[in-house]
Amino acid sequence: MTLLLVENLAKGFGGVCAVDNVSFRLEAGELLAMIGPNGAGKSTCFNMVNGQLRPDAGRVLLDGKNIVGLPPHDIWRMGVGRTFQIAATFGSMTAVENVQMALISREGLLYRMWRRADRHAREEAMSLLERVGMADQAERPCGILAYGDVKRIELAIALANRPKVLLMDEPTAGMAPKERIALMALTRDLAHENGIGVLFTEHSMDVVFGYADKLIVLARGKMIAEGDRDSVRDNPRVREVYFGAGKTAGLHA
Amino acid sequence: MSDSLLSVRSLTARYGAAQILFGIDLDLRAGEVVALMGRNGAGKSTTLKAIMGLLDQRSGDITFRDADISHLRPYEIARLGLGFVPEDRRVFSDLTVLENLEVGRRPARKNADGRLVDPWTPERLFELFPNLAEARRRAAGRMSGGEQQMLTVARTLMGNPYAILLDEPSEGVAPVIVDAMADMILALRSSGVAILLSEQNLPFASLVAARAYILERGEIRYSGSIDELRGNEEIRRAYLEV
Amino acid sequence: MSAAGLLVQLLNGLADASSLFLLSAGLSLIFGVSRIVNFAHGSLYMLGAYVAYSILERIGGTPLGFWGSVLLAALAVGAIGAMIEIVVLRRIYRTPELFQLLATFAVSLIVKDAVLAIWGIEDLLGPRAPGLAGAISILGRRLPQYDAMLILIGVVVLAGLHLLLTRTRWGVLLRAATQDRDMVGALGVNQALLMTSVFCLGAFLAGLGGALQLPREPANAGIDITAIGDAFVVVVVGGLGSIPGAFLAAVLIAEIKALCIALGTIALPFGLTIAFPKFTLVAEFVVMAVVLVLRPWGLLGKPQAAAVSAGPPETPLAPAGRAQKWLASAVFVALLLLPLLAGGNSYAIVLAIDIFVGVLFATSLHFIMGPGGMHSFGHAAYFGLGAYASALLLKAAGLPMPVALLLSPLGGGLGALLFGWFCVRLSGVYLAMLTLAFGQIVWSIVLQWDDLTGGSNGIIGVWPSAWLASKTTYFYLALVVCAACVLAIRRILFSPFGFALRATRDSSLRSEAIGIDVRRIQWIAFIVAGAFCGLAGGLFAFSKGSISPETISVSRSIDGLVMVLLGGVQSLAGPVIGAASFLVLQDQVARDFEYWRAALGVLILILVLAFPGGLVGALRFRLRRA
Repeated sequence: MTLLLVENLAKGFGGVCAVDNVSFRLEAGELLAMIGPNGAGKSTCFNMVNGQLRPDAGRVLLDGKNIVGLPPHDIWRMGVGRTFQIAATFGSMTAVENVQMALISREGLLYRMWRRADRHAREEAMSLLERVGMADQAERPCGILAYGDVKRIELAIALANRPKVLLMDEPTAGMAPKERIALMALTRDLAHENGIGVLFTEHSMDVVFGYADKLIVLARGKMIAEGDRDSVRDNPRVREVYFGAGKTAGLHA
Repeated sequence: MSDSLLSVRSLTARYGAAQILFGIDLDLRAGEVVALMGRNGAGKSTTLKAIMGLLDQRSGDITFRDADISHLRPYEIARLGLGFVPEDRRVFSDLTVLENLEVGRRPARKNADGRLVDPWTPERLFELFPNLAEARRRAAGRMSGGEQQMLTVARTLMGNPYAILLDEPSEGVAPVIVDAMADMILALRSSGVAILLSEQNLPFASLVAARAYILERGEIRYSGSIDELRGNEEIRRAYLEV
Repeated sequence: MSAAGLLVQLLNGLADASSLFLLSAGLSLIFGVSRIVNFAHGSLYMLGAYVAYSILERIGGTPLGFWGSVLLAALAVGAIGAMIEIVVLRRIYRTPELFQLLATFAVSLIVKDAVLAIWGIEDLLGPRAPGLAGAISILGRRLPQYDAMLILIGVVVLAGLHLLLTRTRWGVLLRAATQDRDMVGALGVNQALLMTSVFCLGAFLAGLGGALQLPREPANAGIDITAIGDAFVVVVVGGLGSIPGAFLAAVLIAEIKALCIALGTIALPFGLTIAFPKFTLVAEFVVMAVVLVLRPWGLLGKPQAAAVSAGPPETPLAPAGRAQKWLASAVFVALLLLPLLAGGNSYAIVLAIDIFVGVLFATSLHFIMGPGGMHSFGHAAYFGLGAYASALLLKAAGLPMPVALLLSPLGGGLGALLFGWFCVRLSGVYLAMLTLAFGQIVWSIVLQWDDLTGGSNGIIGVWPSAWLASKTTYFYLALVVCAACVLAIRRILFSPFGFALRATRDSSLRSEAIGIDVRRIQWIAFIVAGAFCGLAGGLFAFSKGSISPETISVSRSIDGLVMVLLGGVQSLAGPVIGAASFLVLQDQVARDFEYWRAALGVLILILVLAFPGGLVGALRFRLRRA
């Protein structure tokens, strides 16, 4: 069965169609990149898949179950993890506490009011930090970590629930080139090891063409292309609305 | 009179307890495009904001058209003819395109010889940015990311600046828009506006700028022609790639 | 009731709506640009009425003199508004919104004492408008001409504001500044001037509203709080920052109130009667509740962008170290010894009981405010509900005193259960305004429900059981209960629930994305805080022997905020230290200083402008530097 199946998704804001009839599928272990100009509807698509927005039409099937209309916190419990364009972590907690928070939530212990939270599942939290290379910074508050490190913490948080699907909105925005490569390589390894399907948006072409197995291209809310790297790269319509002549993007470099 | 339009000496800036800039020196001459390059967090945006007076904690000497602007507030600096285009497309989203332009409007300026320079008007700007013309009565928030990027530039031009500080025009936009931004910068240069541009993308910078500074941890580490920079792999590797 | 009577009653409602609209439009305008909810707006309205009174006395005899006086009063208030902006608000645009609310509240305290000093405590009713003293006949009913004039003025001001905002450069700049103040500055616009002019206009409108209302309602030194409560409801219902929204909401609320009055007392079968006029307050609450559930940002409002958190993020919570534990134990032992040292019935014991109650009150407020990030401006509601619950259980239900005290958390908790459900749907200043409005509603209900609550007289004879009656015994009871509760709240903060609460504050986006039901966590936090606060109220009631609606007043809510801020909102010890120092200070100052409210206002301003981190924060800063 297809891991994540999106069918005829649509959403309008005040008469303007932000996402129009978008369909795609994501298989386990696969990295799917969603690209397109700003305002093409990529974030809106993401927000509909993880429940932050309710679509006007269409279905989102996770393992065959329709998840449209569920709130984000329920969709997370069904196995959809998410990282944000601007990394969102809990700034007043240490790195390891951030991951512990996700573990506490996974085990449904959020409403306990007595036992100390910072002693809960420490080993598992540490091993997740280890996995993203952040174990040595476990005791530092997230609020003061470097941005690239915060992105790694976000990934560790997202992994805490053993997700089936990972949604990553511009995972490498604001990172240096070498960090970008490292983060995406890590993501690919995690996806392959654990059979996680990864859907991500991205503007940096080296990341897209270096790591995506498949691409879909949105423009003004509509899907204008989908396929593997080469077919999308050579698609004339995509060249016109997205890549342009490629003078500055280093596509032909 | 020095030949420098904007001259920055020993500029420092801090956010709270953290010092970000440690004595920046740089110059922008009339009519030229200069790229301020460096990695994320090197201090590029901070430099532009500090010049514009948008940071409270700054020190150093900043001279613009022979006037000391290091203690002026942003609106006073803007009125002297130094424009600022922010990196994150800060359009006024509820206002129409025309209203956005109205916010930026300032009276026409005089040349060195005392003649009035033809001021920017919405109609003149629409020739430069045809996309905006079609959307003139549309709310800015309803435009695409690329159009919004264009609008922030057009809005600043309405102030008839002698020079513009342009913050990361290529960050986070589609490659096709990046190309359009490059064309636009070249058009502005030929109309006589000087531009100091913060940028990470070397192909983009070398298309539009003749000179470059490289920032690293709040200090200038390189200053010279962009062609030399392109040829010097050692510097590139040390400060631009990681 | 006849159709004609209803029509006139509805027109009356429209006249009420007019001055409500002027008041709220000013508040909305000021908020739009400055992002400051101007708590002193009610004071500006009050000043409008008083200043108009004084001018009218001199030149109000002719129509020209009357309208000239009204206009002069509004202009004077506009000038005062501009002055407030220049002296106070300009310095706090970049501080957290909580501090901004407090600073404007401090201004309102100072204004209130100034009004009392200048105009005295008597109600002052203005003269009727010359030439408009008659009435218009509508289907045989009479509508005062002045009311018709008010309706007209409301519509004219709405149209004028609309033109000003859409057709002038000033309006365009103002709307731009509403979205991005700094960017407007970087484009060459003098923000400071723009802000001052907006404050001036907003204050002018408030002053106009107050001055116009004078011939209909007497001015007294209490209308500032009533006015701000009403304005908050209107603005929340209409949508913060929307002028047409303020108009719509003002009309809606005023009309529903008018309808309640028009219906009068209606006899039902089986000898029951419903007195609709008594429901005006509840009606306001119902309107607000319905609107908030359906449209959380008000009728014509827009979702607010999440507030950019000012200042550095908080440091992670650390469990108390050995030194802290020793210190706390030493303080506790010292307190145990206090009755032996000071004498069992001394003033120190009475003050100490007040302090224990205050500490629990402030700690429960801090729980939702600090770790929860929800700024409650109506925390006294839960305090009052706890106090009234235990008093009523003792007097009306005849329960033994210890049981009544033990059940007091139920009063606060149930109130928080109801109000919290609405509050957690909002955030930031919206939430703060809503909590204040709820506080006002509880206060009004208690005041008006004579049969149950004794109205303004309150309930007397609320004394502890004989074995707890001595001051010394009650001192020990209060000490033990408060210490246990403070420790329990602390414990909760380190538990999974406490972590989840902080998580919702740090990032609600991330919280939802890891399965945390943000609203439910915040709602439960409200209930927990309400329950502890209710217990504080119960302790308070039995320590005083009587309670009155003053227990629920806005000023008590604000006292709580000052206690928390004085101690420092980022510190767990903050509310304890803050409450103790505040109460000692108040005790010293209020005893022999007539203008203690103004003094408190000045204290708050100093606190906000000079020590935003509170006492504990300032102390820590010193230690780190040393």
